Amino acid sequence: MTRARGSLGIRWLAAVSLLLAMMLRILPLPPSLATFNPDWVLLFLISWALSTPAHIGLATAWIVGLFTDALTARTLGQHALAYTAVIYVCQRIQPRLRFYPLVQQSLLVALLLSVSRFLVFWTQNGRGPEITDNAYWLPIVSGLLAWPLVQNSLDLLRRRFGAH
Amino acid sequence: MLVLAACVLLVAERKGLAVPFRSALTSLVYPVQQAVSVPTRLVSSAREAFSSYAGLFAENQRLRDEQLILKTRLMKFATLEQENIRLRGLLETSFKVGEQMQIAEVLSVNLFPFEQVLVVNKGARFGAHVSQPVFGATGVVGQIVRVSPVSAEVLLITDSNHGIPVQVNRNGLRTVAVGTGQLDQLALPYLSGSADIQPGDLLVTSGMGGIFPPGYPVATVTDVAAQGSPFAKVVATPVARLDLLREVLLVWSKADPVPRVPEPPSAALGGATHTEASAANSHDTRTR
Repeated sequence: MTRARGSLGIRWLAAVSLLLAMMLRILPLPPSLATFNPDWVLLFLISWALSTPAHIGLATAWIVGLFTDALTARTLGQHALAYTAVIYVCQRIQPRLRFYPLVQQSLLVALLLSVSRFLVFWTQNGRGPEITDNAYWLPIVSGLLAWPLVQNSLDLLRRRFGAH
Repeated sequence: MLVLAACVLLVAERKGLAVPFRSALTSLVYPVQQAVSVPTRLVSSAREAFSSYAGLFAENQRLRDEQLILKTRLMKFATLEQENIRLRGLLETSFKVGEQMQIAEVLSVNLFPFEQVLVVNKGARFGAHVSQPVFGATGVVGQIVRVSPVSAEVLLITDSNHGIPVQVNRNGLRTVAVGTGQLDQLALPYLSGSADIQPGDLLVTSGMGGIFPPGYPVATVTDVAAQGSPFAKVVATPVARLDLLREVLLVWSKADPVPRVPEPPSAALGGATHTEASAANSHDTRTR
Protein backbone atom coordinates (compact mmCIF):
# COMPACT_ATOMS: atom_id res chain seq x y z
CA MET A 1 0.00 0.00 0.00
CA THR A 2 2.67 2.44 1.04
CA ARG A 3 4.81 1.33 -1.86
CA ALA A 4 2.01 2.00 -4.33
CA ARG A 5 1.45 5.43 -2.84
CA GLY A 6 5.18 6.13 -3.04
CA SER A 7 5.31 5.24 -6.71
CA LEU A 8 2.28 7.40 -7.40
CA GLY A 9 3.96 10.29 -5.62
CA ILE A 10 7.06 9.78 -7.71
CA ARG A 11 5.02 9.81 -10.89
CA TRP A 12 3.38 13.06 -9.89
CA LEU A 13 6.67 14.60 -8.94
CA ALA A 14 8.17 13.55 -12.27
CA ALA A 15 5.23 14.97 -14.22
CA VAL A 16 5.32 18.28 -12.37
CA SER A 17 9.09 18.64 -12.68
CA LEU A 18 8.99 17.86 -16.40
CA LEU A 19 6.25 20.45 -16.83
CA LEU A 20 8.49 22.94 -15.06
CA ALA A 21 11.34 21.95 -17.38
CA MET A 22 9.14 22.65 -20.40
CA MET A 23 8.32 26.07 -19.03
CA LEU A 24 12.01 26.79 -18.51
CA ARG A 25 12.63 25.68 -22.06
CA ILE A 26 10.43 28.38 -23.59
CA LEU A 27 11.17 31.12 -21.08
CA PRO A 28 11.25 34.51 -22.87
CA LEU A 29 14.87 35.39 -22.20
CA PRO A 30 16.71 38.22 -23.92
CA PRO A 31 18.27 36.97 -27.17
CA SER A 32 21.84 36.91 -25.83
CA LEU A 33 20.80 34.64 -22.95
CA ALA A 34 18.34 32.59 -24.98
CA THR A 35 21.15 30.98 -26.98
CA PHE A 36 22.54 29.67 -23.67
CA ASN A 37 19.24 28.25 -22.40
CA PRO A 38 20.03 24.57 -21.90
CA ASP A 39 17.73 21.72 -22.85
CA TRP A 40 16.05 21.57 -19.44
CA VAL A 41 13.59 18.89 -20.47
CA LEU A 42 16.32 16.45 -21.37
CA LEU A 43 18.33 17.27 -18.23
CA PHE A 44 15.31 16.51 -16.08
CA LEU A 45 14.55 13.38 -18.06
CA ILE A 46 18.09 12.06 -17.63
CA SER A 47 17.96 12.79 -13.93
CA TRP A 48 14.73 10.85 -13.59
CA ALA A 49 15.93 7.99 -15.76
CA LEU A 50 19.03 7.64 -13.57
CA SER A 51 17.27 7.60 -10.24
CA THR A 52 14.01 5.81 -10.98
CA PRO A 53 14.53 3.73 -14.13
CA ALA A 54 11.49 1.65 -13.20
CA HIS A 55 9.12 4.60 -13.65
CA ILE A 56 10.75 6.80 -16.24
CA GLY A 57 11.72 4.87 -19.30
CA LEU A 58 11.72 5.00 -23.06
CA ALA A 59 7.98 5.47 -23.41
CA THR A 60 8.03 8.51 -21.15
CA ALA A 61 10.98 9.92 -23.06
CA TRP A 62 9.14 9.47 -26.34
CA ILE A 63 5.95 11.13 -25.13
CA VAL A 64 7.80 13.98 -23.46
CA GLY A 65 9.81 14.44 -26.65
CA LEU A 66 6.62 14.65 -28.64
CA PHE A 67 5.28 17.34 -26.33
CA THR A 68 8.55 19.23 -26.62
CA ASP A 69 8.22 19.10 -30.39
CA ALA A 70 4.78 20.61 -30.25
CA LEU A 71 5.93 23.14 -27.67
CA THR A 72 8.90 24.42 -29.64
CA ALA A 73 7.28 24.16 -33.07
CA ARG A 74 9.58 21.47 -34.41
CA THR A 75 8.61 18.78 -36.86
CA LEU A 76 6.84 16.15 -34.79
CA GLY A 77 9.24 13.38 -33.90
CA GLN A 78 12.48 15.33 -33.76
CA HIS A 79 12.77 15.53 -30.01
CA ALA A 80 10.89 12.24 -29.58
CA LEU A 81 13.63 10.53 -31.55
CA ALA A 82 16.45 12.36 -29.80
CA TYR A 83 15.15 11.84 -26.27
CA THR A 84 14.36 8.18 -26.82
CA ALA A 85 17.86 7.55 -28.13
CA VAL A 86 19.48 9.42 -25.26
CA ILE A 87 17.40 7.73 -22.58
CA TYR A 88 18.18 4.35 -24.15
CA VAL A 89 21.90 5.03 -23.82
CA CYS A 90 21.26 6.39 -20.37
CA GLN A 91 19.56 3.16 -19.28
CA ARG A 92 22.43 1.08 -20.60
CA ILE A 93 25.01 2.98 -18.59
CA GLN A 94 22.73 3.79 -15.68
CA PRO A 95 24.28 1.38 -13.10
CA ARG A 96 27.69 3.00 -13.57
CA LEU A 97 26.64 6.56 -14.31
CA ARG A 98 24.62 6.80 -11.11
CA PHE A 99 27.60 6.36 -8.87
CA TYR A 100 30.09 8.44 -10.78
CA PRO A 101 31.36 11.58 -9.07
CA LEU A 102 29.41 14.64 -10.10
CA VAL A 103 32.10 16.06 -12.39
CA GLN A 104 32.43 12.86 -14.36
CA GLN A 105 28.65 12.57 -14.46
CA SER A 106 28.36 16.10 -15.83
CA LEU A 107 30.78 15.35 -18.62
CA LEU A 108 28.86 12.24 -19.64
CA VAL A 109 25.60 14.13 -19.49
CA ALA A 110 27.12 16.78 -21.76
CA LEU A 111 27.93 13.99 -24.17
CA LEU A 112 24.32 12.80 -24.02
CA LEU A 113 23.09 16.37 -24.54
CA SER A 114 25.25 16.70 -27.63
CA VAL A 115 23.90 13.43 -28.98
CA SER A 116 20.36 14.80 -28.63
CA ARG A 117 21.40 18.15 -30.06
CA PHE A 118 22.99 16.42 -33.01
CA LEU A 119 19.91 14.32 -33.67
CA VAL A 120 17.69 17.43 -33.63
CA PHE A 121 20.20 19.23 -35.85
CA TRP A 122 20.29 16.37 -38.28
CA THR A 123 16.51 15.95 -38.55
CA GLN A 124 16.13 19.71 -38.78
CA ASN A 125 18.54 20.12 -41.67
CA GLY A 126 16.95 17.24 -43.45
CA ARG A 127 13.74 19.23 -43.42
CA GLY A 128 15.21 22.21 -45.21
CA PRO A 129 15.64 25.15 -42.84
CA GLU A 130 19.25 25.28 -41.84
CA ILE A 131 20.98 26.03 -38.60
CA THR A 132 24.45 27.24 -39.46
CA ASP A 133 25.21 29.23 -36.35
CA ASN A 134 27.90 27.80 -34.10
CA ALA A 135 26.00 29.20 -31.12
CA TYR A 136 23.57 26.32 -31.68
CA TRP A 137 25.95 24.10 -29.68
CA LEU A 138 26.27 26.47 -26.71
CA PRO A 139 23.39 24.94 -24.68
CA ILE A 140 25.54 21.82 -24.29
CA VAL A 141 28.04 23.84 -22.29
CA SER A 142 25.36 25.49 -20.17
CA GLY A 143 23.72 22.09 -19.77
CA LEU A 144 27.00 20.75 -18.42
CA LEU A 145 27.03 23.53 -15.86
CA ALA A 146 23.33 23.14 -15.03
CA TRP A 147 23.49 19.38 -14.49
CA PRO A 148 24.75 19.39 -10.85
CA LEU A 149 22.03 21.88 -9.96
CA VAL A 150 19.27 19.83 -11.61
CA GLN A 151 20.50 16.52 -10.25
CA ASN A 152 20.98 17.74 -6.68
CA SER A 153 17.70 19.59 -6.40
CA LEU A 154 15.74 16.71 -7.93
CA ASP A 155 17.52 14.25 -5.61
CA LEU A 156 16.55 16.40 -2.66
CA LEU A 157 12.92 16.40 -3.78
CA ARG A 158 12.93 12.68 -4.41
CA ARG A 159 14.27 12.04 -0.92
CA ARG A 160 11.60 14.29 0.54
CA PHE A 161 8.92 12.37 -1.31
CA GLY A 162 10.22 9.02 -0.16
CA ALA A 163 11.91 7.52 -3.16
CA HIS A 164 15.20 5.72 -2.96
CA MET B 1 10.29 0.54 -32.01
CA LEU B 2 9.84 3.98 -30.53
CA VAL B 3 12.67 5.28 -32.68
CA LEU B 4 10.89 3.83 -35.66
CA ALA B 5 7.66 5.54 -34.60
CA ALA B 6 9.50 8.85 -34.33
CA CYS B 7 10.93 8.40 -37.82
CA VAL B 8 7.51 7.54 -39.20
CA LEU B 9 6.13 10.69 -37.59
CA LEU B 10 8.92 12.78 -39.10
CA VAL B 11 8.12 11.49 -42.55
CA ALA B 12 4.36 11.74 -42.05
CA GLU B 13 4.63 15.35 -40.96
CA ARG B 14 6.83 16.25 -43.88
CA LYS B 15 4.20 14.82 -46.17
CA GLY B 16 1.56 16.79 -44.27
CA LEU B 17 -0.34 13.81 -42.93
CA ALA B 18 -0.11 14.56 -39.23
CA VAL B 19 -2.00 17.85 -39.16
CA PRO B 20 -4.92 16.88 -36.89
CA PHE B 21 -2.58 15.08 -34.51
CA ARG B 22 -0.30 18.08 -34.45
CA SER B 23 -3.04 20.58 -33.73
CA ALA B 24 -4.29 18.38 -30.88
CA LEU B 25 -0.80 18.25 -29.40
CA THR B 26 -0.29 21.97 -29.83
CA SER B 27 -3.58 22.62 -28.06
CA LEU B 28 -2.36 20.42 -25.23
CA VAL B 29 0.86 22.35 -24.73
CA TYR B 30 -0.81 25.72 -25.19
CA PRO B 31 -1.52 26.05 -21.43
CA VAL B 32 2.20 25.64 -20.78
CA GLN B 33 2.94 28.46 -23.19
CA GLN B 34 0.23 30.54 -21.54
CA ALA B 35 1.66 29.84 -18.10
CA VAL B 36 5.09 31.03 -19.16
CA SER B 37 3.69 34.07 -20.87
CA VAL B 38 1.42 35.25 -18.07
CA PRO B 39 4.06 36.52 -15.58
CA THR B 40 5.77 38.64 -18.24
CA ARG B 41 2.49 40.11 -19.33
CA LEU B 42 1.46 40.68 -15.73
CA VAL B 43 4.59 42.71 -15.10
CA SER B 44 3.93 44.97 -18.03
CA SER B 45 0.25 45.38 -17.22
CA ALA B 46 1.12 46.08 -13.57
CA ARG B 47 3.48 48.77 -14.79
CA GLU B 48 0.56 50.25 -16.70
CA ALA B 49 -1.76 50.01 -13.71
CA PHE B 50 0.65 51.81 -11.40
CA SER B 51 1.74 54.49 -13.83
CA SER B 52 0.96 57.94 -12.50
CA TYR B 53 -2.14 59.95 -13.26
CA ALA B 54 -0.07 62.65 -14.92
CA GLY B 55 1.59 60.12 -17.15
CA LEU B 56 -1.73 58.66 -18.15
CA PHE B 57 -3.15 62.09 -18.77
CA ALA B 58 -0.25 63.02 -21.01
CA GLU B 59 -0.53 59.77 -22.90
CA ASN B 60 -4.26 60.21 -23.29
CA GLN B 61 -3.72 63.70 -24.66
CA ARG B 62 -1.11 62.48 -27.07
CA LEU B 63 -3.31 59.64 -28.27
CA ARG B 64 -6.23 62.00 -28.73
CA ASP B 65 -4.12 64.32 -30.86
CA GLU B 66 -2.86 61.41 -32.84
CA GLN B 67 -6.37 60.13 -33.40
CA LEU B 68 -7.50 63.51 -34.62
CA ILE B 69 -4.70 63.66 -37.14
CA LEU B 70 -5.32 60.11 -38.28
CA LYS B 71 -9.05 60.69 -38.62
CA THR B 72 -8.48 63.73 -40.76
CA ARG B 73 -6.12 61.75 -42.92
CA LEU B 74 -8.61 58.91 -43.14
CA MET B 75 -11.29 61.33 -44.30
CA LYS B 76 -9.12 62.19 -47.23
CA PHE B 77 -8.25 58.56 -47.73
CA ALA B 78 -11.90 57.62 -48.22
CA THR B 79 -12.30 60.07 -51.08
CA LEU B 80 -8.97 59.04 -52.55
CA GLU B 81 -10.02 55.42 -52.42
CA GLN B 82 -13.23 56.18 -54.25
CA GLU B 83 -11.32 58.16 -56.83
CA ASN B 84 -8.83 55.37 -57.24
CA ILE B 85 -11.58 52.83 -57.82
CA ARG B 86 -13.23 55.15 -60.33
CA LEU B 87 -10.00 55.72 -62.21
CA ARG B 88 -9.21 52.03 -62.22
CA GLY B 89 -12.70 51.55 -63.61
CA LEU B 90 -11.79 53.87 -66.45
CA LEU B 91 -8.61 51.87 -67.03
CA GLU B 92 -10.65 48.68 -66.94
CA THR B 93 -8.62 47.03 -64.20
CA SER B 94 -9.94 45.70 -60.97
CA PHE B 95 -8.29 46.34 -57.65
CA LYS B 96 -8.60 44.86 -54.22
CA VAL B 97 -9.13 47.34 -51.45
CA GLY B 98 -9.90 46.76 -47.85
CA GLU B 99 -8.85 43.86 -45.69
CA GLN B 100 -10.44 42.44 -42.62
CA MET B 101 -8.38 42.36 -39.50
CA GLN B 102 -8.46 40.88 -36.07
CA ILE B 103 -6.28 41.63 -33.10
CA ALA B 104 -4.34 38.77 -31.55
CA GLU B 105 -2.16 38.86 -28.46
CA VAL B 106 1.43 37.72 -28.67
CA LEU B 107 2.47 35.19 -26.04
CA SER B 108 5.86 36.05 -24.65
CA VAL B 109 7.59 32.74 -25.15
CA ASN B 110 10.82 31.89 -26.88
CA LEU B 111 10.28 28.75 -28.88
CA PHE B 112 13.64 28.20 -30.48
CA PRO B 113 16.57 30.60 -30.31
CA PHE B 114 17.45 30.39 -34.00
CA GLU B 115 14.02 30.89 -35.43
CA GLN B 116 11.88 33.93 -35.23
CA VAL B 117 8.51 32.49 -34.53
CA LEU B 118 5.81 34.09 -32.40
CA VAL B 119 2.87 32.38 -30.80
CA VAL B 120 -0.39 34.31 -30.87
CA ASN B 121 -3.56 33.52 -28.99
CA LYS B 122 -5.94 33.28 -31.96
CA GLY B 123 -6.18 30.08 -33.90
CA ALA B 124 -8.34 28.14 -36.29
CA ARG B 125 -11.37 28.76 -34.11
CA PHE B 126 -11.16 32.40 -35.13
CA GLY B 127 -10.62 31.51 -38.77
CA ALA B 128 -6.86 31.93 -38.81
CA HIS B 129 -5.21 29.87 -41.52
CA VAL B 130 -1.76 28.93 -42.74
CA SER B 131 0.07 31.59 -44.78
CA GLN B 132 -2.20 34.30 -43.51
CA PRO B 133 -0.46 37.70 -43.36
CA VAL B 134 0.14 39.25 -39.96
CA PHE B 135 0.64 42.98 -39.46
CA GLY B 136 1.73 45.17 -36.61
CA ALA B 137 0.48 48.67 -36.00
CA THR B 138 3.10 50.17 -38.29
CA GLY B 139 4.07 47.50 -40.77
CA VAL B 140 4.17 43.90 -41.88
CA VAL B 141 5.18 41.41 -39.19
CA GLY B 142 5.09 38.01 -40.87
CA GLN B 143 2.83 35.17 -41.82
CA ILE B 144 1.19 32.25 -40.06
CA VAL B 145 2.97 28.95 -40.57
CA ARG B 146 0.90 26.69 -38.33
CA VAL B 147 -2.45 26.86 -36.65
CA SER B 148 -4.04 24.94 -33.84
CA PRO B 149 -7.61 25.55 -32.68
CA VAL B 150 -6.46 27.95 -29.97
CA SER B 151 -3.16 29.37 -31.14
CA ALA B 152 -1.08 30.07 -34.20
CA GLU B 153 2.61 30.29 -34.97
CA VAL B 154 3.76 33.35 -36.86
CA LEU B 155 7.00 33.35 -38.84
CA LEU B 156 8.54 36.83 -38.75
CA ILE B 157 9.75 38.50 -41.94
CA THR B 158 13.25 38.62 -40.45
CA ASP B 159 13.54 34.85 -40.05
CA SER B 160 16.28 33.57 -42.32
CA ASN B 161 13.81 31.25 -44.03
CA HIS B 162 11.38 33.99 -44.93
CA GLY B 163 11.23 36.09 -48.07
CA ILE B 164 8.65 38.73 -48.83
CA PRO B 165 8.00 40.28 -52.25
CA VAL B 166 8.37 44.06 -51.96
CA GLN B 167 8.61 47.11 -54.14
CA VAL B 168 10.26 50.44 -53.59
CA ASN B 169 7.49 52.91 -52.86
CA ARG B 170 9.28 55.74 -54.67
CA ASN B 171 9.64 54.12 -58.10
CA GLY B 172 7.92 50.75 -58.04
CA LEU B 173 11.12 48.72 -58.33
CA ARG B 174 10.22 45.14 -57.41
CA THR B 175 12.37 42.67 -55.51
CA VAL B 176 12.32 40.20 -52.64
CA ALA B 177 13.35 41.05 -49.08
CA VAL B 178 14.70 38.06 -47.21
CA GLY B 179 15.23 37.74 -43.49
CA THR B 180 18.68 37.67 -41.97
CA GLY B 181 17.94 36.09 -38.62
CA GLN B 182 18.38 39.42 -36.86
CA LEU B 183 15.28 41.20 -35.65
CA ASP B 184 16.27 44.55 -37.12
CA GLN B 185 17.57 43.54 -40.52
CA LEU B 186 16.26 42.46 -43.89
CA ALA B 187 18.48 41.86 -46.90
CA LEU B 188 17.66 42.56 -50.55
CA PRO B 189 20.04 40.23 -52.35
CA TYR B 190 18.45 40.23 -55.80
CA LEU B 191 19.17 43.77 -56.95
CA SER B 192 21.75 44.69 -59.58
CA GLY B 193 24.50 47.14 -58.73
CA SER B 194 22.89 49.83 -60.84
CA ALA B 195 19.41 49.51 -59.30
CA ASP B 196 17.73 52.78 -58.38
CA ILE B 197 17.55 52.38 -54.64
CA GLN B 198 18.90 54.58 -51.90
CA PRO B 199 18.91 54.78 -48.11
CA GLY B 200 15.61 56.04 -46.75
CA ASP B 201 13.48 54.38 -49.42
CA LEU B 202 10.31 52.80 -48.09
CA LEU B 203 9.68 49.21 -49.16
CA VAL B 204 6.02 48.19 -49.42
CA THR B 205 4.45 44.82 -50.16
CA SER B 206 4.05 44.30 -53.88
CA GLY B 207 1.35 41.67 -53.65
CA MET B 208 3.26 39.43 -56.04
CA GLY B 209 3.33 36.23 -54.01
CA GLY B 210 -0.41 36.32 -53.43
CA ILE B 211 0.03 36.10 -49.68
CA PHE B 212 0.53 39.69 -48.58
CA PRO B 213 -1.92 42.29 -49.85
CA PRO B 214 -0.16 45.03 -51.83
CA GLY B 215 0.77 48.45 -50.51
CA TYR B 216 1.65 47.86 -46.86
CA PRO B 217 4.94 49.16 -45.47
CA VAL B 218 7.56 46.51 -44.78
CA ALA B 219 10.91 48.19 -44.20
CA THR B 220 13.05 51.22 -44.86
CA VAL B 221 16.36 50.92 -46.66
CA THR B 222 19.24 51.77 -44.35
CA ASP B 223 22.34 50.87 -46.29
CA VAL B 224 23.25 50.45 -49.95
CA ALA B 225 26.69 49.22 -50.95
CA ALA B 226 26.89 48.68 -54.69
CA GLN B 227 30.53 49.31 -55.48
CA GLY B 228 32.56 46.77 -57.36
CA SER B 229 30.06 43.92 -57.59
CA PRO B 230 27.28 43.03 -60.01
CA PHE B 231 24.83 42.78 -57.14
CA ALA B 232 24.00 45.56 -54.76
CA LYS B 233 24.24 44.83 -51.08
CA VAL B 234 21.14 46.42 -49.64
CA VAL B 235 20.10 46.29 -45.99
CA ALA B 236 16.72 47.42 -44.70
CA THR B 237 15.14 47.77 -41.27
CA PRO B 238 11.59 46.52 -40.70
CA VAL B 239 9.07 49.28 -40.08
CA ALA B 240 7.30 47.28 -37.36
CA ARG B 241 9.25 47.03 -34.11
CA LEU B 242 9.48 43.26 -34.08
CA ASP B 243 11.13 43.07 -30.67
CA LEU B 244 8.38 45.02 -28.91
CA LEU B 245 5.29 43.32 -30.28
CA ARG B 246 2.47 42.70 -27.84
CA GLU B 247 -0.48 42.71 -30.19
CA VAL B 248 -0.60 41.89 -33.86
CA LEU B 249 -3.30 42.01 -36.52
CA LEU B 250 -4.33 38.93 -38.42
CA VAL B 251 -5.39 40.00 -41.87
CA TRP B 252 -7.90 38.47 -44.22
CA SER B 253 -7.61 39.67 -47.80
CA LYS B 254 -10.87 40.23 -49.55
CA ALA B 255 -11.41 37.33 -51.85
CA ASP B 256 -13.36 39.22 -54.50
CA PRO B 257 -11.94 42.34 -56.14
CA VAL B 258 -13.96 45.54 -56.11
CA PRO B 259 -16.06 45.72 -59.28
CA ARG B 260 -15.12 48.18 -61.97
CA VAL B 261 -18.28 50.22 -61.57
CA PRO B 262 -18.30 51.13 -57.89
CA GLU B 263 -21.39 50.42 -55.85
CA PRO B 264 -22.77 52.97 -53.41
CA PRO B 265 -20.10 54.05 -50.94
CA SER B 266 -21.47 52.12 -47.98
CA ALA B 267 -20.83 48.80 -49.68
CA ALA B 268 -17.39 49.74 -50.89
CA LEU B 269 -16.24 50.82 -47.48
CA GLY B 270 -17.93 47.94 -45.68
CA GLY B 271 -15.34 45.44 -44.62
CA ALA B 272 -12.52 47.76 -43.61
CA THR B 273 -12.02 46.58 -40.07
CA HIS B 274 -14.56 44.16 -38.85
CA THR B 275 -14.37 40.95 -36.95
CA GLU B 276 -17.74 39.28 -37.29
CA ALA B 277 -17.53 38.48 -40.96
CA SER B 278 -13.97 37.27 -40.69
CA ALA B 279 -14.81 33.64 -40.13
CA ALA B 280 -16.93 33.46 -43.25
CA ASN B 281 -14.30 35.29 -45.24
CA SER B 282 -11.49 33.04 -44.12
CA HIS B 283 -13.48 30.18 -45.48
CA ASP B 284 -13.20 31.74 -48.90
CA THR B 285 -9.48 32.13 -48.58
CA ARG B 286 -9.02 28.58 -47.52
CA THR B 287 -10.93 27.12 -50.43
CA ARG B 288 -9.09 29.35 -52.85
